[in-house]
Amino acid sequence: MAAQAAGPQVDGVALTVLLFFFVVVTIGGFLAAKWRRPASMHSLDEWGLGGRGFGTVITWFLLGGDLYTAYTFVAVPAAMYATGAVSGFFAVPYTIVVYPLIFIFMPRMWSVAHRHGYVTPADFVRGRFGSRGLALAVAITGLLATMPYIALQLVGIQAVLDTVGLGGSGNWFVKDLPLFIAFAVLAAYTYSSGLRAPALIAFVKDSLIYLVIVVAIIYVGVKIGFGDMFRAAETKMNTKTKTGAATGVFIPNSKTYWAYSSLALGSALALFMYPHSMTAVLAGRSRNVIRRNAAILPLYSLMLGLLALLGFAAIAAKTKVIGADGKPNAQLAVPHFFADSFPSWFAGVAFAAIAIGALVPAAIMSIAAANLFTRNIYREFFRPAATPREEARVSKIVSLVVKFGALLFVLSLDKQNAINFQLLGGVWILQTIVAIVSGLYTRWFHRWALLGGWAAGMIYGTLAAYHQKSAATAHFGGSLARFPFTQTTVYIGFTALVLNLVVSVVLTGILVAVRAPAGADETSPADFYSDSQGPTTTVPGTAGGLAEPA
Amino acid sequence: MSHPAGRRLPMSVSVTCAILLLIPVLALLIVPIYARRGPQLWGFPFFYWYQFLWVFLAAGFTWSAYVLIDRSRRGPRDGK
Repeated sequence: MAAQAAGPQVDGVALTVLLFFFVVVTIGGFLAAKWRRPASMHSLDEWGLGGRGFGTVITWFLLGGDLYTAYTFVAVPAAMYATGAVSGFFAVPYTIVVYPLIFIFMPRMWSVAHRHGYVTPADFVRGRFGSRGLALAVAITGLLATMPYIALQLVGIQAVLDTVGLGGSGNWFVKDLPLFIAFAVLAAYTYSSGLRAPALIAFVKDSLIYLVIVVAIIYVGVKIGFGDMFRAAETKMNTKTKTGAATGVFIPNSKTYWAYSSLALGSALALFMYPHSMTAVLAGRSRNVIRRNAAILPLYSLMLGLLALLGFAAIAAKTKVIGADGKPNAQLAVPHFFADSFPSWFAGVAFAAIAIGALVPAAIMSIAAANLFTRNIYREFFRPAATPREEARVSKIVSLVVKFGALLFVLSLDKQNAINFQLLGGVWILQTIVAIVSGLYTRWFHRWALLGGWAAGMIYGTLAAYHQKSAATAHFGGSLARFPFTQTTVYIGFTALVLNLVVSVVLTGILVAVRAPAGADETSPADFYSDSQGPTTTVPGTAGGLAEPA
Repeated sequence: MSHPAGRRLPMSVSVTCAILLLIPVLALLIVPIYARRGPQLWGFPFFYWYQFLWVFLAAGFTWSAYVLIDRSRRGPRDGK
C-alpha cells in the first residue's frame, strides 16, 4: 500500500488524513479573525501585525512557523540527499547564528518601529535617512526577494501532492487544481483574518512537525541505525560522478570551510532582513518578547537539523525520487521517504505537516509583501493621504495579487527556477542590511552612498549568480562563487555584501567631503530603547518627520 | 510617554552580553574546529553532533544574556 504511494495511484488514506488537517486549518484560519478581536480590523497594525500585541508563546510559534518554511522541510533534506553538507547542513549553523543577531539588532528595530508606527523595514529607512529613493530600493528588494520565497512554499506543497498521487501526467487543469484550491483557500482566510490566521495555524503546524520528526528519528535510529545512515551518505557523497568530481560533501574540508561558514553567516544575516521576519518580530508585545524568543527559538533548529538528516536517511533507505511525471526530483526525497517507510495514515500526517508548514510562511510573506507595497510604494508615491483603513484595504488586495503571482510563477516556470530564484532572493535581501542595521546605530552613512552600495551589491550578486552553472540549469545554478582575486569559494551574497559595504563607506567619505545634503532624521536616540507596553499614540506614519510626543 | 525599561545598559553588562552572544557565533563559523569525523557519538560523526550540541549551548548562552539584561534593567531594587 505505502510503497504504491510513490506511483501514479492516489493514496486514499494519506490523502484523507491530509484533507482532514487542511480542513481543520482552514476553519482555524477563518475563525482567527475573532481571536483577540480588535475594535477595528481596518488598519495595518491590526490586519498586518495582529495588533502588535503577541506575547512570548504566540511569537515563538509565529516566528518558528515563519522562519522554518517548506524550504526547511523539503529543500534542505533534498539538498542533503543530493549533494550533502555544504548545500544542506549549513542550514543548522545558519539558524543558530541568526538568533544572537536577532537578540542584538531586533529589540532596537522593535522599539523604533513601535514609537513611529513603522510596519516595514523600508518605513524605518525612510524615517531614519529621510530618503524616498533608499526606502524604495529596500521595499523593491523586499518584494523581489519575497515573491520566489512564496513560490518555493508552493513547490513544497506540490512535492506532497505529487507523492499522494495528485499530479504528474494528465492535463494541466487536473494536475494543478489541488494546488490552486489550496492557495485560493489560503488567500481567502489571509484576506479576512490577516496575521492572526498564520499565528493561530502555526500551533497546528508545529505540533504536527514535532510529532512527525520525533517518530521519524526514532524510526531511523531503530530501523536503519545512525551509523549505517551516515556510512550510506558518506559512500554516496564520495562516489565520483561522470565529470570525475565527487557527488557531494560529507564533511567539509579545507576547500569548503569558507563556503560553509559564509553560507551560514550570509543566510543568517539575510534571514532577519526578510520582510516577513520583520513582520513577525514587530507583532511582538515588547522588547523582552523578542529577546526571550531569540533564546528559545534555537529549539526549532534542532528540528531542522533532524529533518536535514532525513535526506541522509532517504539515501540509506534507497528512497526513489522519481516524480509522478517520470522525472527524478530530489525535492521528493522526504515525502517519498515517508510514503515508503511508514503506514499511509502516518505518511498523511507527515504530508499535512509539510503542506501546512508551507501555508503559514506563505501567508506571512504575502502579508509582509503587501504591507511593503502599501506603505512604501502606494502611499509614498501615489496616495500620501491614505487613511489607515485605506491602507488595510490595499494591503488585503495586494496580498491576493502576490499569492497568485507566486502561483503563476510556479505553474509557468520549472520548479528548479523557484529554487534558484529563492537563492538569488537571499543574495538580494542581504544587500538591504547595510542601510537597515547601520541605521539602527548610526547615521554616519550617507543615504546616497547606501543606495550606491546597495546597487553595487545587487548588480554583482545577480551577475555572479547568473554565471553559475549546475547539472540542472545553465544559469543561476548555485549560490557559491570564487571570491574575487582568490581561489576560495564563498557565498555570493557574502561577497556582494562586502562590496556593498566598501562602496557605502567610500561614497560616504566622498559625499561628506563635498557636503551633499543628508536627509532628515525623524528618530531620536531614546526611540531605540523605548519599551512602552501599549501601542503608540501616534497615527502610524502620519508624523512624517514631526516630533513624537515624548 | 514613559518607557520604564528604556535605560541604557551599564558597560559591563553590554560587554558581557556581547561576549556571551559572540561565543556561539564563533563556535559555528570557524568550521575547521569541527569539520572532522571523530570522536563519534551514537554513530554521529563529530561534525554532525557538534552542531547539534550547539543548538542547546547557543540557546543557553542567549538565555544567559537575556537574564543579565533583564536583571540590569529591573535595577537593584526589585532584581532577584
